[in-house]
Amino acid sequence: MNLPSFARSQRLTIVAAILAFVLVLVVLQLWLLTATMESFLAGSGAIVVPAALASLGCFALNFGLLHFFLRKLER
Amino acid sequence: MRIENPDSISKAPDGRPDRDQPAWREQFPIDWPTDDFRSRRDFTKLLGLTSLAFVVGQIWIVLLAFRRRMPLGLPEMEVASPDELAVGDSKIFDYPRAGATCVLTRVASDRFVAYGQKCTHLSCPVIPKPEKNCLQCPCHEGVFDLATGRPLSGPPRRPLPRLRLKVSDGRVFAVGIEEGVL
Repeated sequence: MNLPSFARSQRLTIVAAILAFVLVLVVLQLWLLTATMESFLAGSGAIVVPAALASLGCFALNFGLLHFFLRKLER
Repeated sequence: MRIENPDSISKAPDGRPDRDQPAWREQFPIDWPTDDFRSRRDFTKLLGLTSLAFVVGQIWIVLLAFRRRMPLGLPEMEVASPDELAVGDSKIFDYPRAGATCVLTRVASDRFVAYGQKCTHLSCPVIPKPEKNCLQCPCHEGVFDLATGRPLSGPPRRPLPRLRLKVSDGRVFAVGIEEGVL
């Protein structure tokens, strides 16, 4: 993927936006973990696998944003 | 860019000399010219690792859930002998291992219930109150239904782990755990 070249101030803005998005995803993962643990300890295992998949999806999105997008942006 | 002496280029964002700066800026000096991607990159790594740690936690819960579905093969253990308990009496015992304290209560002449004794709020030992048809946690006034183990009032939100019992010739045996974690 070829990204257009940005000025430094533009890059900083993009990086800040990406970090904010990643932070929201991490908070979502925290909520997923606590809700899943609460449900599991209450004896219900119905949401355990979907929650794990959702958390994995969040991590994949985070990894993609941080690893690929930011790295390309730095070049 | 290598900086020989970072302090030499430190300057406040308002551009005023050091002697005109408030005292707190001396306590928390920041190299504004070098405040670029470096700290963001560290923060980014921390976020990535935190995200990964949450995934590991979720997978750990999945493994625990699968393990809970499998039959554990808990031992059958006699917990009360004939006529040991009158109606309304209770007995403390360990099941399935030492330290996993449970409480058995005779709620009728032909009916017994047993639960893990750790409150599901903060693990204080619950005390059976057969006259009120409940189990009570004295630490934070949590109350559980004696017949089902479900929370009735107070901080607990999860039911007590309930033991599976078998009565044979008046003797009471614990044969497993119905739900929850002891």
